[in-house]
Amino acid sequence: MTQDEVIIAIKDIIAQIAPDEDLTNLEMDVRLREQIELDSMDFLDIVMELRKLYGVQVPEKDYMELATLAGCVKYLHPLLEKKPLHCAQGAPIS
Amino acid sequence: MSGRSSPRAKYYRGSTDGRRPLGHDPLAKVRAAYDVVVIGSGLAGLTAANVLGKLGHRVALFEQHYNFGGLATWFKRRGGHVFDISLHGFPVGMIKTCRRHWTLEIAQRIVRLDSIRFDNPQFRFETAFTRADFTEKLVGVFGAERSRVEEFFAHLRAMNFYDANRETVAEVFERFFPGRNDIHRLLLEPIAYANGSALDDPAIAYGIVFSNFMSSGVYTFSGGTDLLVGLMRAELERNRVELFSNAEVERILVENGAAVGVVVGGREVRAGAVLSNASLGTTVQRLVGPGHFEASFAQGVSAVRLNNSSCQVYMGLTEGATIPFVTDLLFSSSRERFDSRSLCDFHGESRTFSFYYPKTRPQSERYAVVSSTNANWGDWAGLSQEQYEREKAKLAADTLRELERHVPGVTSKLDHVEVATPRTFGFYTQHPEGTSFGTKFEGLEYSLKLHEQVRGLFHAGSVGIIMSGWLGAANYGVIAAAKLDPYLAGLATLAAAKGR
Ligand SMILES: Cc1cc2nc3c(=O)[nH]c(=O)nc-3n(C[C@H](O)[C@H](O)[C@H](O)COP(=O)(O)OP(=O)(O)OC[C@H]3O[C@@H](n4cnc5c(N)ncnc54)[C@H](O)[C@@H]3O)c2cc1C
Repeated sequence: MTQDEVIIAIKDIIAQIAPDEDLTNLEMDVRLREQIELDSMDFLDIVMELRKLYGVQVPEKDYMELATLAGCVKYLHPLLEKKPLHCAQGAPIS
Repeated sequence: MSGRSSPRAKYYRGSTDGRRPLGHDPLAKVRAAYDVVVIGSGLAGLTAANVLGKLGHRVALFEQHYNFGGLATWFKRRGGHVFDISLHGFPVGMIKTCRRHWTLEIAQRIVRLDSIRFDNPQFRFETAFTRADFTEKLVGVFGAERSRVEEFFAHLRAMNFYDANRETVAEVFERFFPGRNDIHRLLLEPIAYANGSALDDPAIAYGIVFSNFMSSGVYTFSGGTDLLVGLMRAELERNRVELFSNAEVERILVENGAAVGVVVGGREVRAGAVLSNASLGTTVQRLVGPGHFEASFAQGVSAVRLNNSSCQVYMGLTEGATIPFVTDLLFSSSRERFDSRSLCDFHGESRTFSFYYPKTRPQSERYAVVSSTNANWGDWAGLSQEQYEREKAKLAADTLRELERHVPGVTSKLDHVEVATPRTFGFYTQHPEGTSFGTKFEGLEYSLKLHEQVRGLFHAGSVGIIMSGWLGAANYGVIAAAKLDPYLAGLATLAAAKGR
């Protein structure tokens, strides 16, 4: 996965968890929770989806690293670099 | 209260009338080792087990009672009666939690209650139990200023668990609605019944739970608790979780500072990690033993205060008998003024009635009413058997008199009346002092940090008020599973490195 694909992967997971949110104009450096309705259980579900889809384990102490999209890329890209992008529930990537 | 009286007869089945040895070995199929052992089948234990099973871990769950579900339970009585214990109402968030971590079928059976009523000397009305309707009531019935009400709701919603703000419920109420005991009653009484919240508890715990309810009213599970737990068991089995009932965990095994298994029914079962859904205090003091924790941590846990217990009166209508629709949930009190402590009074004047019509269990035509009160262990624990029976009879009589006020003629239609007390709840869950809602706020921090003391030891279950109730407990199961999973991955990496 490239860095851009990491963003696609994350947005795809968020789209599953918060289907009513518009994700097209998300800012990279602003906390996700300030841009869309995500409660702490939703956030946990993102972590769990990363685990299910890509086998990535995010320990609790690192949860804060995923607060922004930029943070997600920084933290996840090294872990996802060698993995192919696919989408939650097999939805095509647009 | 415990079944450890005779060393040989290890397996018991029973009720508060007494335990008797089981005819079979409930652990006949247990394996020597699992990835995870879960102790207790409350909603937190069940949900954690399911999430971990779905992630591919081999999970065994041990429950000391013969039934699964913990306080999310029911019982049957001759004459076709079925009574639910804790199916009075929960927030809408349960739908999302069940859809993601259980099944769509479970989520789709969650439906909103049609009606909730208050009836006390300060006010009487029906409410949708939403922010919009509470705002109308606060402005229209209580004469509060609309802007003040809006500010109050906004303040609660904005509360963040990580804020250091330790204002109490009473302080927040006084700040927004000074001297308005009637408003304080409206705002707190239902939540006090839902999770033991009191005026002197931190406002944060109250704020989170109250906001959850206010977002869209009160929900229930259509089909009853028996159906819910049945569907959960089926899903657990699909995820290859091995379930054992009548299986009391006696000890959690700790080696070199890490939890490595349990002793259950006299047998050792090894595990990569242990998740306890037993109460926090029991887990630390009895199952692990305080010696495995830093002294200050163990002392801190002993000082954690417990929430109150409950009394209930179960009233079943004779087959064929009906009552008109009154409401689903009735907060009833004859007490002039409100204070949260008096909700626990011995033979107090406040109770909630839950009405179960055929809509609750669409498969049956039966009606039942369950009355619940908050209660203190101390008022019931020391009674002699004779006093105990007398006090139970008084509680039943007082309750029927109150119910008759709301539903004239109902008494003559009942053919089963039964009382549960803190002793009953203590017996069935083994929770200290029969606590219905776990610990007060301070318990949460210890619960979350258990694995920092003993590696591979996790807790999920009613603590800190926030994590109690059906939704809180189920969500805590998810949170604990999400923490436990990377720990197991770490163990696997370590084992692989050693093997190389
Ligand atoms: C009367 C009453 C009414 C309630 N009404 C509502 C309501 O309307 N809505 C709502 O949301 N919540 C309600 N609640 C609260 C809710 O039921 C609980 O908060 C929730 O079910 C607790 O789940 P839990 O996972 O914390 O554990 P529990 O349900 O407490 O389960 C813990 C389990 O662990 C088992 N266990 C303990 N020790 C051992 C051991 N050593 N070995 C094996 N097993 C062990 C116990 O037997 C038990 O099954 C009510 C509670 C009561 C008592």
